[in-house]
Amino acid sequence: MSTVFALSSVVIKELYRRKDFYVLFVLTALITLLMGSVNFFNDPKIADYLKDICLLLIWISALVIAIGTAARQIPAERENRTIFPLLAKPVSRAQVIVGKFTGCWLACGIALLIFYVFFALVAGSREQHWPLLSYFQAFWLQWVMLAIVVAFVIFGSIVFAAPSSNATISLILVVGILLVGRHLNVVALRQTEPVRSMLYLIYYIIPHLEWFDVRDLIIYDHNPVPWVDCGLATLYAAAYVAFFLFSAWLPFRRKTLTV
Amino acid sequence: MAAVPTKDFDRVRTSTRYLVLVLLVVVCFSLATTLQPRALSWSERARSDNVLKVLLGNGRKLFANQFFTEADVYFHSGYYPSIFDRRVQASQSPMVSGHAEHGHGEGEHSEAEEEHEKEMSFLGKPHDWIDAFGRHFFVTQHTHLHGGKEREILPWLKLSAELDPQHVETYTVASYWLRSRLGKVKEAEEFLRDGLRNNPNSPEILFELGRLYKENVHDTNHACNVWELALRRWREAEKANKKPDSFVFEEITVNLGRVEEAAGHLDRAVSYLEMAAKASPHPEDLERQAEAIKKELAARKAKTGPP
Repeated sequence: MSTVFALSSVVIKELYRRKDFYVLFVLTALITLLMGSVNFFNDPKIADYLKDICLLLIWISALVIAIGTAARQIPAERENRTIFPLLAKPVSRAQVIVGKFTGCWLACGIALLIFYVFFALVAGSREQHWPLLSYFQAFWLQWVMLAIVVAFVIFGSIVFAAPSSNATISLILVVGILLVGRHLNVVALRQTEPVRSMLYLIYYIIPHLEWFDVRDLIIYDHNPVPWVDCGLATLYAAAYVAFFLFSAWLPFRRKTLTV
Repeated sequence: MAAVPTKDFDRVRTSTRYLVLVLLVVVCFSLATTLQPRALSWSERARSDNVLKVLLGNGRKLFANQFFTEADVYFHSGYYPSIFDRRVQASQSPMVSGHAEHGHGEGEHSEAEEEHEKEMSFLGKPHDWIDAFGRHFFVTQHTHLHGGKEREILPWLKLSAELDPQHVETYTVASYWLRSRLGKVKEAEEFLRDGLRNNPNSPEILFELGRLYKENVHDTNHACNVWELALRRWREAEKANKKPDSFVFEEITVNLGRVEEAAGHLDRAVSYLEMAAKASPHPEDLERQAEAIKKELAARKAKTGPP
């Protein structure tokens, strides 16, 4: 376990050494504050549009950070040939995969936490009420969703040739699932065979990332998701994470590491 | 040349570079002053004082409708059909029709609500366990904003108006919520005046402005004048074959009829109500009202006797 945490601490250090997070955070803060300064009919209590924009930016930033960080981990180690001393420690290849995943996931969590603190401050200063439990739930579900994304991208970094292609394909898939994942069954029902069965198969196979997007509940001040469902969704995410990490380990354990 | 110190030579070379820089700045400035007036005439976009117009040009109108819909999404607290859900032709949203109550009776109002309720039950029963479980994570209850929360639709309406100033409905809808639910009469009037500047011949905006004067400012004379102007504009539009909305005509004439009746000008009230009845899809009520006023007018004439 200590090996895994040692590996993950390197990834976390990388997050605050690189500029990606700072740039995305400053952009998010700048756009949100700029939008917050706009006066709509002299009503300072209007807040939902601001929450909407801020959460959208947080989702975009978190996805960029997660995919960007995870996509370059193993290819960079191979390119710089640092993977050889790393495996000579001795560290097993499974530990490398799990360590990289844990590092990326924790790094995303730290970034996400900062984003959500900013969001809570902006929303609270406007609305004068602090539904912290809802914010925590939104943070948790998004972080759990990022675990699936990070695991998938690490799997992609073993399968795909270059980090850029991995990042692009992953981003397209994730955004695609977020946008149409929920409706694939309805689309399938309107098709004829065999397209219907194929679409339904995809619908059952894909990880339903859209479950973890509870922005609407926060924006429109609805009650939080029941905690039992939140726990079940976390288990669902854990299963997919295990699946992708195992899928990454299978080809990685016999892969030649020279570039 | 050998007598010239190297330092002096370098100094001259450095100052020449600076002179070239200054010269280039002067050239840029002169070109800018010459070209700027010409550049203004190249496109309307450059002359605009609106950031969105400068950035998006005429393409901004494409987004305007999206923002208007976004206001409706907010009005329904996020419970809204997506392109995958929508199967039936949508009728008018309560966000839009909220400003269109004109007293045809309770029955019709609840009928419209029922229809809207049916239309918004787009989710149906879950198709599978993924669908059923996923419904815990998004909005599945049909509600409308109330208790001052209606203010949340305003930014989207304002943005929609900025993007497409010719979309008249944006002004009338925003004005209705501003004046009737949020108590912002001054802001509503200003927004309608903005709309009127962009659409000077719009009977819809004039009618809404009249309602503001009647219901919120309680200035019936002013309201009456504005509605008469609205009626004139509506007729001009009809003459020009622009197919103006007959519902607006009905609204204008009904309201003018009521104002005239209250002022004791019964003959004018009758003529307005008859005009409204001709345009209405359900003229029975209006015809009954006109008949009642006619009877009252006849009784009044009988009382005063022949001149």
